[in-house]
Formats: sequence, C-alpha cells, structure tokens
Amino acid sequence: MEYPGPEIIVFLCNWCSYECADGAGRAGLTHFHGTRVIRVMCTGRIDPQFVLHAFKQGADGVLILGCRLGECHYREGNFQALKRFALLKKLLPQLGINSKRLEYHWISASDYREFVEVVRQMHEVVSHLGPLYPSNPRSAS
Amino acid sequence: MKEGKPKIAFYWCSSCGGCEESVLDMGARLLDVAEMAEIVFWPAAMDTKYAEVRSFQDRSITACFINGSIRLDEHVEMVKLLRKKARLIVAYGACAHLGGVYGLGNFFSPEQLIKTSYELVPSMGSLRKSASETLKLPELLPRVKSLNQVVPVDYFIPGCPPVPESIFDAVSAIISGAPLPKAYIFADHKALCDSCPRNKTRPDHLKLDSFKRLYEVELDPETCFLAQGVICLGPATRGGCNSRCINANMPCRGCFGPPGAVKDQGAKSISFIASLLEASKIAGDDRPLASLPDLGGLIYRYSLPSSILQGSLGETQG
Repeated sequence: MEYPGPEIIVFLCNWCSYECADGAGRAGLTHFHGTRVIRVMCTGRIDPQFVLHAFKQGADGVLILGCRLGECHYREGNFQALKRFALLKKLLPQLGINSKRLEYHWISASDYREFVEVVRQMHEVVSHLGPLYPSNPRSAS
Repeated sequence: MKEGKPKIAFYWCSSCGGCEESVLDMGARLLDVAEMAEIVFWPAAMDTKYAEVRSFQDRSITACFINGSIRLDEHVEMVKLLRKKARLIVAYGACAHLGGVYGLGNFFSPEQLIKTSYELVPSMGSLRKSASETLKLPELLPRVKSLNQVVPVDYFIPGCPPVPESIFDAVSAIISGAPLPKAYIFADHKALCDSCPRNKTRPDHLKLDSFKRLYEVELDPETCFLAQGVICLGPATRGGCNSRCINANMPCRGCFGPPGAVKDQGAKSISFIASLLEASKIAGDDRPLASLPDLGGLIYRYSLPSSILQGSLGETQG
C-alpha cells in the first residue's frame, strides 16, 4: 500500500488553540489530511507519556498548540508545558527521534492564518523527514 | 512418596553479581532459607549443569529467583526453561524488573556496542577482533529486555540491589506459598517522597535556573535534595527501599522503577524536573538544559527497556 503521507498528532487546548482551529475551519482556510486533533483542557495537562505513546503508535510528528504565554486560561499551565516539552525535545535525539518531530507553539483564538501556517510548516518538515518507522510506516517496530 | 522441602533456584542473566551478593546479605538468615528449602540450581554458588536442569520435572521447582537483564539468546533460552521447571518465577532486582543499567545499551545497536567495546577502544590494541574469530559466543539480542518481556513473571522484588531487610521476608513468604496477588511487587505503590525522611523540607515551589552536580554542592544531610538544587529522582520512583541512599546523604537514582500508576519513569521525571525550573529561563538561556548533560542516562538509568519506547528508534538528527 502506498505511503499515505505523515500522520501528525495535534494537541489543542480547549480555550485558545481549539477555538482557533475551529475558526480556521469556519473561515474555509485549507487544512491538511494527516492531522489528528486531541483536545485537552490545557497544554499543561499533556503528560510526556502521551507524546511518547503517540510516537510508539506510529505518529510521524506531534504538535502542541496552547494559549499565548501569559494568556493561559489557568494562568500557568502553558508555562509548565513549555518547560516540560523543551526538556522532552532535548531527550528525543537520545531516543533516536529527530527533535523536529515535536513542536510546541502558542497561539490565540483569532490567529487563524497563523494556525494554518504552523500546521503547514509542521507537515512540510515531517514529510521531509519521512515516516518515523520507514520499514513499517504506521506502526512501532 | 517422601514429602521433600520445597525446591528453589537462583539464576543470573546480564548481572553485575550484586543481586547474588544481596542474597548473602540475609546473613545468618540464609541458613534459615537453606533449612526451609532445597537450593537445586544457583550458578553463582553451585555447580549444577544446564543438562541437569533440563532433566528436572516440570514445575518441580517451587520458586526460581532470576536476576539480571535479558541481553543474550542464552538468557532467553534459560529463562524459558526455568519458566517450565518452576511454579513461580520471581524477577529479582532492577535488571530483571525493569531492564536495569544494561538497558542503557538500548540507546545503541548491538553492532555499535560491540564495535566500540572490542574495536574502537584504544586499549584493545592487537586484541582487536581476534576473540570473535576463534570463539562461539552467545548472540546479543537486538535489544535488552526485562524478564517479564520474555516470560510471565509471578512476583517482583525491585532494587539495585534489593533491600536486605526485605529480602528474607520476601523470599520466605514466597517459598512458604503465602497468597500474594498476581504480579505482586514487594515495594510501596507511591513515590519515594511519601516515605522519605526529608520530606518535611520538600519545597512547595522552586524556580531554579539550573541544576547542580553532586560534586558542586556540600550536601546538607537533612534537607530535601531538590531544595539544594540537586536532582533526586524520588518523585518519580517507587518507594519501599527504606530510603537507604537518602540516609547515606545521596539523592535517589530511581532503582525501584516508576511508582504504581506510571508506565514511563523517564517521562514522569521530565515532568517533575521541568516543574522545578524557572520558565522564563528556558526560553532565553541555555543553562537549565545544559546543566543536564545526559538526560536520558539520568532518567532512564534502570528502566529504559520497560519504558514506552524501550530504547532508541535509530533516527539521526541530520
């Protein structure tokens, strides 16, 4: 079966980034196949284990989008996420995963065009890197 | 037919021998164990051959305590044999429980490990490659595994090595057939902080800009290590070790593995380590991350094979 393109797991927080994605949809802006959205209440809720599970299950990339720093609905959740995923990104090379496969970005609910650009960029970078499991594109070894 | 004493066995896979020594740490109570049971196989201490083990009746050994990581094809063969010959298989020590320190080999391929140790190391000199041309040696598996990734395991005695006080209690309970839950782990469910003697000095909030290495700090014997700016893996490690390292004024290194509700000890370590840092420093400054030079080795020291990804997926950063 032909490789269908990268599969990117996109974590969106309930407040800014999910609303932004909805807004991009309502505005009819282009989206990409191959993204799967998981809504969480706050990016601070995202356990690093979720990201590692995503890679284990065959995700080629993980994108985390939360509120802009200082605008978190729960005040500090996105700061915790920022620190946590900076650290996880540092670990990825030792786990034999290109660190560009994990990105995090802060966005507000009205930034539809920025959202589309961020997703497009991620899609381009991950396509260029190729599938995470080249010999078996959609599952772990 | 004469009702004999229960039979027990000890076996080691990739092991430093510390777990075997910890059995001796029972001291005089080892003699009580020898009273309670007949030791039929113990490569570290007795000369029983593999052929004799193959001739044992299936399930004739009451309990077999296996330590060490599964690294070689020989280990797989032997633990599968012992699984047949024993009613209970007990994963003894961090290597059997989690994959252990040898599990750090999973950051590399077997080819890389062999090439580095037997070819590239300057001290090899003229011995390079000669051994492998004349000896038939067991093969390295593609990855190190924990015992329960190869055979079903009945009980786990964690620790590197297990705690002397607990070893006799665990061994005698197992031998005497105490009714324990399936896959019982002889340790606490919660993290080490819960039982740590220093937990009253555990800080509510920390905003560090970097961590200190052990040699950079004169360690106060009564204050939480995290409050002193030094990494202690207590928050992401199962308790039940009697805080022996803490009591020796050394921070926890995580040998009991993750607490009960956690699958990946490294991931949870990242969570709590991140929470101690000052957020504004992460964005602009290299120091917080630079103060953790070998993050993978630090957080997966004992548990890489039993983590979510189990090791490196082999991709480069280029």
